Amino acid sequence: MVTIIKPENIVYSRSHAFTETSTSYCPGCTHGTAHRLIAETLEEMNLVDKTIGVAPVGCSVFAYNYFDTDFVEAAHGRAPAMATGIKRVLPDKCVFTYQGDGDLASIGMAEIMHAAVRGENISVIFLNNAIYGMTGGQMAPTSLPGQKTTSSPLGRDVELQGFPLRMSEMIAKMDGAGYVVRRSLHDPANIRKAKKAIRTAFETQMHGLGFSMVELLSTCPTNWGMNPVDSCKWVEDQMLPVYPLGDFKVSESVSELRF
Amino acid sequence: MAKELIKGNVAMAEAAIRAGLEAYFGYPITPQTEVLEHLARRMPELGRAFVQAESEVAAINMVYGAACTGVRVMTSSSSPGVSLMQEGLSYIAGTEVPAVIINVMRGGPGLGNIAPAQSDYYQSVHGGGHGDYHPIVLAPASVQESIDLTVLSFELAEKYRNLAFVLSDGSVGQMMEPAELPPMQPIVKKNYDWAIGGKGTREKRILTSININPHDEEIANLRMLQTWFEIKKNEVRYKEYYLDDAEFLVIGFGTSGRVALSAVRKCREKGIKVGLLRPITVRPFPDEVIIELAERVQGILVVEMNQGQMLDDVMIAVGKKVPIEFYGRPGGVIPFPEDVESEIERMVSAKLEIVNNPRVAWLDRMLHR
Ligand SMILES: Cc1ncc(C[n+]2csc(CCOP(=O)(O)OP(=O)(O)O)c2C)c(N)n1
Ligand code: SF4
Repeated sequence: MVTIIKPENIVYSRSHAFTETSTSYCPGCTHGTAHRLIAETLEEMNLVDKTIGVAPVGCSVFAYNYFDTDFVEAAHGRAPAMATGIKRVLPDKCVFTYQGDGDLASIGMAEIMHAAVRGENISVIFLNNAIYGMTGGQMAPTSLPGQKTTSSPLGRDVELQGFPLRMSEMIAKMDGAGYVVRRSLHDPANIRKAKKAIRTAFETQMHGLGFSMVELLSTCPTNWGMNPVDSCKWVEDQMLPVYPLGDFKVSESVSELRF
Repeated sequence: MAKELIKGNVAMAEAAIRAGLEAYFGYPITPQTEVLEHLARRMPELGRAFVQAESEVAAINMVYGAACTGVRVMTSSSSPGVSLMQEGLSYIAGTEVPAVIINVMRGGPGLGNIAPAQSDYYQSVHGGGHGDYHPIVLAPASVQESIDLTVLSFELAEKYRNLAFVLSDGSVGQMMEPAELPPMQPIVKKNYDWAIGGKGTREKRILTSININPHDEEIANLRMLQTWFEIKKNEVRYKEYYLDDAEFLVIGFGTSGRVALSAVRKCREKGIKVGLLRPITVRPFPDEVIIELAERVQGILVVEMNQGQMLDDVMIAVGKKVPIEFYGRPGGVIPFPEDVESEIERMVSAKLEIVNNPRVAWLDRMLHR
């Protein structure tokens, strides 16, 4: 067979921070995109050997199989507490959690807020897909007003079911937070920005500059009942107005980071 | 090292430090708080990890994280706080990582009160969290034993990659007694072949309590049971008092065992042939020695500071061989030695019957005092 791909022509390949295991995510789901960005970042920063990931309960429960780093699996919502326990005894290692919106913004609210306010030197990658993916599409605290889910079949009624929760805005208020931003995974330009933010979050941690979190607006084509393209469109049209992208906290020392 | 006058809670905290405690995560609750307070000062001073967590839920999950790295780690709490920890305890057990939990029990259920009780026996000994798992549970009856069992709990937890509880109570935790602390041990880095910490040059490691395939989970369950049987074979500990010629047997653990000992001594002075068995490991339960004793005594009195929880384990061990009597003081009340003494005298002089549930007659006696 003739090799037509020369190494110098390769523009895209599988990140070495991944294992050979293929993911269990639905086709078109942006969990995979987020994984890819994290893997590339760990590889670029030479962190694969010294990273410990903390997987959540949610669709990304098996994230520990996909990254070629040490990993632990937390109870639902408790990843920031578990990461705290690890980081406090291994302060020189890179510790990150990967959490969905049910995990982080509902059951794990106390753990995330206190990890942030303590300035726990960990990085949190927060996937906000406005729904509970794994359990089959129930309402999340982040679901949009009027959004139909299996537990808000007539659409989220804010009178009865409350309002969407903006975690980044809230966590940015914590003195312990060094870097808190919201990005989106719905198109290539935004994906590139998301990657830069993930890099900044890990740099923040490795420079000991406090708690860092990147919220990523993400899709759930399966439970939204849409194809992947429409899902990305839905993020743009419906989610962005409720969850504006932006930098909610960039501490002075983080803003001075050069990499 | 010389004896010093020291409080039970402080003694456990300092003993843990000297045994090489590397990380502590806890939340204040009476009557346990001195453990947290002592470590709040000592751990940072020694460059070791200390976090006052936002809740017991967070504390136990911090313990879980640190335990995965293979360091010596513990938390401490009292009954309501330990209830909140049950989720994390189940995950730690399921992941088979070692951790130590001190429970300085208080009166319940609910918020109950802050007085000494033993009503978390079921919760600690027979589970509490979900799933099948088998923690080691050690019950001190004095400050010295609080020290010794805290040190031992780390050794057992690590030897078997299991949960080890020190099941104390508000009485032992708050009392001051002369006791001897162990010398300061250096921290030993263990390099476990299961611990996570960044893969470096080795293969990656995963620590999880998930076995998504039920057949794998079944195998994990059976392996954990095997480990448990190993623990049961090697680690049963108890204290015997006046048992050689005993015709009657009293069984009590922790504070109630200590109170019962005073009563047994008084009865011996009166010539009553009664002895005491005080389980140190309430899990693994010393059932074999109880079965043996049941062969040669005429009656057994179980004394507890609850409604009869260890009583069940005694009844399983003894079966219908010998009459079993119960004397309990639940809700945070400590029995007086005189109370136990008159219970022993009642047992010795009454015509004892083998009944299905000794609590029925006990409740009747309690209500018609
Ligand atoms: C204590 C506990 N409660 C409930 C569950 C069930 N559960 C599993 S995943 C999940 C929701 C996850 O949703 P999210 O965090 O948004 O992640 P996604 O699946 O959307 O990626 C729930 C409720 C659980 N595993 N543990
Ligand atoms: S259920 Fe939704 S969030 Fe989960 S993998 Fe499928 S598309 Fe992604």
